[in-house]
Amino acid sequence: MPISQEVLDQLAISQGEYEAIVERLGREPNHLEVGLFGSMWSEHCGYKHSKPLLRSFNTTSERMLVAPGSENAGVVDIGQGLAVVMKVESHNHPSAIEPYEGAATGVGGIVRDIFAMGARPIALLNSLRFGPLTEGRNRYLFQGVVSGISGYGNCIGVPDVGGEVQFAPCYSGNPLVNAMCVGILRHEDLRRATAGSPGNLIMLVGADTGRDGIHGASGLASRTFEEERELRPTVQVGNPFLEKVLIEACLEAAESDAVIGIQDLGAAGLTSSSVECASNAGVGIRIDIDAVPRRESGMTPYEVMLSESQERMLVVVKPGREAEVKAIFDRWDLRSDVIGEVMEDGLASISESGRVEAAVPVELLTDPPLYEPPAMKPSWLDDLQSFDLESLPLPDATPSDVLKTLLASSNIASRQWIYRQYDHQVQTNTVVAPGGDAALLRVKDTTKGLAVSTDGNGRFCYLDPYVGGMIAVAEACRNVSCTGATPIALTDCLNFGNPEKPEIYFQLREAVAGMAEASRRFDAPVVSGNVSLYNEAQGEGIYPTPVVGALGLTEDVSSHTTAGFKGEGDIIVLLGRSSLDADASELAGSEYLSLFHGTVAGRPTIDLDLEVAVQRACRSLISSGIAKSAHDCSDGGLAVALAESAIIGELGADISSRVEDRWDISLFNEGQSRILVSVSPDNLDALRTVCESESVPYVEIGVVGGAELKVGEVVAESVADLTDAYMNGLPRSLETPSHS
Amino acid sequence: MEFGVIVFPGTWSDGDCYTAVTDNLGEQARYIWHKDTDVSGVDCLIVPGGFSYGDYLRAGAIARFSPIMKSVEEFASGGGLVIGICNGFQILCEAGLLPGVLMRNDHLQFRCQWVNLRVETTDTHFTNASQKGDVLSVPISHGEGNFYADEATLKTLQDNGQIAFSYCDDAGNVTPEANPNGSLRNIAGITNAEGNVLGMMPHPERCCDPLMGGTDGLTIFRSIVQSISKSPIAGASSA
Repeated sequence: MPISQEVLDQLAISQGEYEAIVERLGREPNHLEVGLFGSMWSEHCGYKHSKPLLRSFNTTSERMLVAPGSENAGVVDIGQGLAVVMKVESHNHPSAIEPYEGAATGVGGIVRDIFAMGARPIALLNSLRFGPLTEGRNRYLFQGVVSGISGYGNCIGVPDVGGEVQFAPCYSGNPLVNAMCVGILRHEDLRRATAGSPGNLIMLVGADTGRDGIHGASGLASRTFEEERELRPTVQVGNPFLEKVLIEACLEAAESDAVIGIQDLGAAGLTSSSVECASNAGVGIRIDIDAVPRRESGMTPYEVMLSESQERMLVVVKPGREAEVKAIFDRWDLRSDVIGEVMEDGLASISESGRVEAAVPVELLTDPPLYEPPAMKPSWLDDLQSFDLESLPLPDATPSDVLKTLLASSNIASRQWIYRQYDHQVQTNTVVAPGGDAALLRVKDTTKGLAVSTDGNGRFCYLDPYVGGMIAVAEACRNVSCTGATPIALTDCLNFGNPEKPEIYFQLREAVAGMAEASRRFDAPVVSGNVSLYNEAQGEGIYPTPVVGALGLTEDVSSHTTAGFKGEGDIIVLLGRSSLDADASELAGSEYLSLFHGTVAGRPTIDLDLEVAVQRACRSLISSGIAKSAHDCSDGGLAVALAESAIIGELGADISSRVEDRWDISLFNEGQSRILVSVSPDNLDALRTVCESESVPYVEIGVVGGAELKVGEVVAESVADLTDAYMNGLPRSLETPSHS
Repeated sequence: MEFGVIVFPGTWSDGDCYTAVTDNLGEQARYIWHKDTDVSGVDCLIVPGGFSYGDYLRAGAIARFSPIMKSVEEFASGGGLVIGICNGFQILCEAGLLPGVLMRNDHLQFRCQWVNLRVETTDTHFTNASQKGDVLSVPISHGEGNFYADEATLKTLQDNGQIAFSYCDDAGNVTPEANPNGSLRNIAGITNAEGNVLGMMPHPERCCDPLMGGTDGLTIFRSIVQSISKSPIAGASSA
């Protein structure tokens, strides 16, 4: 065998896969060729452990102009000749190694995915997971990641409008950094990742190609890395200024009919971008290595093809029109070079100095082996799910203290410390800024608004991956509904451990099934996604953490709500329940359970019929102007949701509903399908009518007003004190002296 | 009247400024590419925010050498109105059109948030539509907005009424708590000695529409329109 085991290990190609390559090719591949296979068959590019599962996702709706699949993302029509594309992608392993650059280049990569389609990026979001902030390394990673997102995102002029961050011990060795981008385009400006017909020219635009990021896709993203701490050379360094210029130049080029297709160079760089464009058009592609501008001399074709240098784009140009396209990039002082040609032969051919260095059929590269490994329900799951939550004693703390502790906890406290480091207003579309349930953006020159949110609860998925998957979709949609917008599309990032372990594959399979089911019930197709497997450190997997990004559309952006209470005397109504009574089982996976009983247990549940109805009722209350505020009841439960509405609205509330003896269950359970709204007393009848026509249970629980939050006989706290706990919780966690 | 919105590579407030002065203010505007030099017909030049040339080396340090800056200097020396916002303020300082420098925020973090600005003088082309002591609510978005100048310069700025805006609290008190970046004397915006060039770190173009959370930014743009309509600037349209 001419290819050494060391090379296969570098590429994370198994012996069986190597044998498959030899068999399909009918000969031994050379070093460069095996590099091409290694990249294209990597988990990151080839989705070999997830593709069969992902087929269960609903990807169609009346609004889908272009179905996802070969493109970076499906294209969702929003009317008036406009469409939206969006995608979320992980940069977990690079961020674990070098948090600033890992996160920064994560942002850069997802933004390129969006403008490659001819769409202007209009919003960024991030879903982050870290180990507890009591450990010094976790604080370093968290602060580094936030700085990286801030440093890159702020420079490119795309507002960072939302996201979420959670902390749990399982993420200590393996943080999650998922970046999402939303873009908007006119239908006619859509550009596909296609090579078009033979004779078209392949142009490489932007940064020169260096030796950075080689094996990023195959090595770093496609395996665990406990034994590989010193991997910094595989993490790229971002240049956000170049990215900003690329956005403007590529969008200008996309308007020219000389441009056939555009594709970004992401994971596996030139290899995946050129092969994907060729595959999408059913043609071949010839790359001339000598024409690729390089940062340093002596780079081999292998290094050039596998480099993951950032801020590069592939542009497919009609023959004879290259000069006019080059003129666009020249104006922006960007380098652009013709590096190859589209061929009829169906081969990916790489040549240097006139010598063919590699020639393999494109269709073999894009057809990796697919695995459906054995799945096995984890042996510990039954015990966790049947944990007797009723047997828990009341905590040794007052309800007020529990509330303040939750509000100050790193999982619930205000994210202001983060989002004030992100420019969330540039482009002047941000109608509802971060800090509530979902961000809301106006669409200029229309009355429309787009709401965006990300969500994902690893604890729920750990306790029940199928239900957790459903809840991730439901919560992301609920956030969007709380602004008044209707969920119309989803994107997802599946962060899981090593799928070759049956327990992990079980989690992946179940979570995907739950997400798919919920997506169908909301009629919100999954338009794009990304899979990040092998999220493990020291042999321990993370919580199964699917992150869901939801896009909502409202036809009238001016009639929206925010989470804060609005006026003295308004009536507070809980949608989705007919009383505050709850069952102990609804404490499953709650923040309260984790913080005060030190346990993650129970079995979360969700009734999707109720969920869909509650959200529909909420949107109806908002669009008709009945609801003055709306807030999702989730992490920390009802008491936390009430406190947040009070803090944001700078208004107290008096909750007169009776609270049961087990106040912890009533106030801090995290049962699903609940939304807190406030309405003026004049509109109570109208609210009742809406809820009854939607068959949604509801309960009037109290009145807005004063400077205190009072809940029955059990809580009475000044809004000022609650605000202090909530607003300063996160910065105070960061000041905690290091224990490690 | 017509605004000229200058675009450097890396500028990102150009579109926001354009929208504010056309859609919200109802005036004319045109973009001016940094490699161009023609500013004829323009009544007021806007040097918008962003990260021109990535702010590499130092914020504004490279942009000041763009061809358009020669025209900006000539336009300003002829009395034309120039407003530099955020990165535009940094560029005007680097170009020597305004005194002082903008250093990294004292807490070393980027800040995007609403701040209050006290109008320190109404005797400028940029504040004549407000009252002295008015409190304007305007967003900031910067990592390097920490205004610094030596004592002599500060005294001159103060004595000549060149301090246009100071960071203040809701009631208009200029306090250390209201200072978002460590700027000396809470300075948020200054003019040149002649009063026709303004630099400010906050973004008035972000608050010209009620949907965006406020309209106090319009006060600044309306002041410019008012100045131009009263006495068209000599150096401007004739250039």
